Amino acid sequence: MPVLWIVLVVLAIGLAGYVLGRQRALAGVGGNASQLHSLPAYYGYNSLMFAVVPAFLVMLIWLLVQPIYVESRISTLIPDSAISESSTRSLVMSDVRRVAEGLDAAVASGAMSGDFARDLRTDLTDVRARLGEIGIALGSDVSPAVLLAAQSYRATSGTLSMAMTLVVIGLALAGLATAYVRTTPEYRARNTVEAMLLALLMLASTIAILTTVGIVFSLIFETIHFFEKYPWQSFFFSLTWRPSFEGGSDLGLLPLLWGTLYISVIALLVSVPIGLFAAIYLSEYAGPKVRAAAKPMIEILAGIPTIVYGLFALITVGPLLRDYFAEPLGLGTSSSSVMTAGIVMGIMLIPFVSSLSDDIINAVPQAMRDGSLGLGATQSETIRQVIIPAALPGIVGAILLAASRAIGETMIVVLGAGAAAKIDLNPFEAMTTVTVKIVGQLTGDTDFSSPESLVAFALGMTLFVITLGLNVFALYIVRKYREQYE
Amino acid sequence: MTDLSAVPGTAGGAKKSSILEADARTRRRNAAEARFKVYGMLAVATGVLALILLLISILSNGLSSFRQTFVTFDVPLSAETLDPNGNRNPDEMSKVSTFGYSPLILNGLKEALSARGISVDEVPDADLANIISRAAAADLRDFVLANPQVVGETLSFEFLANGRIDGFFKGRVTYESAERDSNVTPDQLRVAEAMVAADLMETRFNWGFITGPDASGQRPESAGLGVAILGSFYMMLVVLVLTLPIGVAASIYLEEFAPKNRFTDLIEVNISNLAAVPSIVFGILGLAVFINFAGLPQSAPIVGGLVLTLMTLPTIIIATRASLKSVPPSIRQAALGVGASKMQSVFHHVLPLAAPGILTGTIIGLAQALGETAPLLLIGMVAFVREYPEGLPQGLFDPASALPVQVYQWTQRSDPAFVERASGAIIVLLVFLVLMNAVAVLLRRRFERRW
Repeated sequence: MPVLWIVLVVLAIGLAGYVLGRQRALAGVGGNASQLHSLPAYYGYNSLMFAVVPAFLVMLIWLLVQPIYVESRISTLIPDSAISESSTRSLVMSDVRRVAEGLDAAVASGAMSGDFARDLRTDLTDVRARLGEIGIALGSDVSPAVLLAAQSYRATSGTLSMAMTLVVIGLALAGLATAYVRTTPEYRARNTVEAMLLALLMLASTIAILTTVGIVFSLIFETIHFFEKYPWQSFFFSLTWRPSFEGGSDLGLLPLLWGTLYISVIALLVSVPIGLFAAIYLSEYAGPKVRAAAKPMIEILAGIPTIVYGLFALITVGPLLRDYFAEPLGLGTSSSSVMTAGIVMGIMLIPFVSSLSDDIINAVPQAMRDGSLGLGATQSETIRQVIIPAALPGIVGAILLAASRAIGETMIVVLGAGAAAKIDLNPFEAMTTVTVKIVGQLTGDTDFSSPESLVAFALGMTLFVITLGLNVFALYIVRKYREQYE
Repeated sequence: MTDLSAVPGTAGGAKKSSILEADARTRRRNAAEARFKVYGMLAVATGVLALILLLISILSNGLSSFRQTFVTFDVPLSAETLDPNGNRNPDEMSKVSTFGYSPLILNGLKEALSARGISVDEVPDADLANIISRAAAADLRDFVLANPQVVGETLSFEFLANGRIDGFFKGRVTYESAERDSNVTPDQLRVAEAMVAADLMETRFNWGFITGPDASGQRPESAGLGVAILGSFYMMLVVLVLTLPIGVAASIYLEEFAPKNRFTDLIEVNISNLAAVPSIVFGILGLAVFINFAGLPQSAPIVGGLVLTLMTLPTIIIATRASLKSVPPSIRQAALGVGASKMQSVFHHVLPLAAPGILTGTIIGLAQALGETAPLLLIGMVAFVREYPEGLPQGLFDPASALPVQVYQWTQRSDPAFVERASGAIIVLLVFLVLMNAVAVLLRRRFERRW
């Protein structure tokens, strides 16, 4: 039974539970709701939750575990002899999965009967041709071992799905029955419902932890795989990046890191002065009208998706810099360059720096301004010698957060910075970044056993560690500063 | 006092100073003050200017993509070539490939030209045929197979003009550039001009750009955003259905119920860190967990939706908590005072009062998710997809594209006509974003309560 149907059936059972639970509670007191412990609806909710919640939880876990179990079971069925020299067990397994899906589709479209698909033999039928007829293309002919594994894959998944349907619906019915039996006028339905609700709320809040755990584990596992195939010394210290899918690649991190940092520094050189001065002007000088007009306009910059900035770099800023700066100065002929990406990224970061600095400048107590102005300082002297020093830790935190943004930014550098990995000082040369290479190595058809693809996970790990470090440090500084004046 | 009065005497012939007349130092300080103020104004102006430049660049490049050049003329659907067996059976007629249809279109075009007195003798047939989009033959074939009874008649059809011809009318292609371009000849441009004069060709609004599917790199004129818009819509649906309940539940727990302990601290730290993790890392997570581990299909809106859900959750949790926090404690206390349980006070009073703020935050989170590109590249959304995904819920598992990814894909193609289309796609994306933000602002204006 498809999952959607199971969900609907369970929901229907839950609804029935609501009606039954409420009726039973009311019947127990002869329709006089004031003699019940809780409001009648709570008895209904109680039955509903008993029926639905455990069933859904079990179904979720089952859906996650079943593929892993089937996979490991079938994988042991494939004899070593069926795995050719050039292949690996995981590749054969993906063949098995494709054949099994093909058979499923064939049965679903009516091109084969269920029995026929189960008893198919490679020596009697050309499986590849039969599946090809109904539009399922297989990369190679189907070997007997693969077909056998695929058939047992289908059988096992079929049995398990059937079992899941029974277990889940059974659980829903059992939950309903339990709640129904327990429903008496004295039953503390509201307390039970609220306890279950609280547990669900808590579960929802742990998603953040699960996400972090998911990120860390997916990065760590594949990074370990990568370092099993490629020496870590060359990854961290090699000065060349030259991946080649025939093997013998150089996968040095340093050129990518250089490009990333170079672009980020230019982006910060653009965004920090502009953002900071804009924040100072808007919070200390501008009248309410200017502020009301200019502030939202700068904040719009923050709401524009990065792909828009990327396109801006590609079709406007890049050619402009090339035609008016790089070529006349003899510095290069490429429209994608460190400068292009840096300037556009700087524009993107202006609202980020300015709104963070704005908050921090506004948090400086008015008494400090008044004191300085009362001693005869001009407004700019007050800002430079009183407000900025007082806000400095917060501003540094804001700059660090902006730096972490710049390092992790992808679309602007993919479209604006180029793909050539090199260590160079000329800002009008095309260079590349960590994020560009993650996209490059993982886009399209990738084979997750080669170091050329796996390196993307090691790059992702590097990126994650750097940005996490910057964020934690910056948040620490910002938080510590905030407490100072509270 | 004596000291003070003694000052002028000891200073001897010191200059008399007046507050009406600034001395050198004051002038310097005032100049510095003015300079500082100008720096601030310049910074604000730079920011605003950058925004204006960005918008002008996108609009000037992209607005033309909503208009397209169409060619209209009669095509004789000859029965001998299209239906050799003469029984109008679509299955048998489908044996005639697009190569069978191209000569018909060419003949129709030639007749239309000669009827209008446009001489095309010096233009080779291949060049003449190329004035029409390469997609025309396939479109005609689809039409004939769907309506087999029209074979044998002569019907008026409207085809897209080739991308270069279209570019000529939009100023992208000129006679000079055509000399150097192997894809278009000046003769073709001359014919095209004559066709416009003869009302065979016109440039007008093109719905196909918004509703049509993507097309290959050879036919930019027929590339559209339909699949991408549908894919983005499916993903936003997944994001909305998952983030709203989970985000609200998590925020309620953290804001109203969570005890102050290590576990809660851990959750808080995680949320604030996740909000700052680069989006591409979420793409890696999606690839490793949803595709490689859970075996969900690549390029499917469900995977994109799940990844974007994880990405927007922190934003929505932060916004929801802020609006829960803004409900004054007196509301909770009053509810508790008349005998409500803690849970009842939250669900019956606090949550409805915080709802406008939560909705606003959710819409802004959705807008952010709609524009996100990088994580989608990693989960295979860059695949070339021409088929519309099916209806819900099956369509969630079909391959689809997404608006921002479509922009990226088009920038990677060599034909300059795709730059125009990429900018056009951005305009569509920005229109959606502006609409969503406008709704959020309206909601806030209409329902927000100041306590």
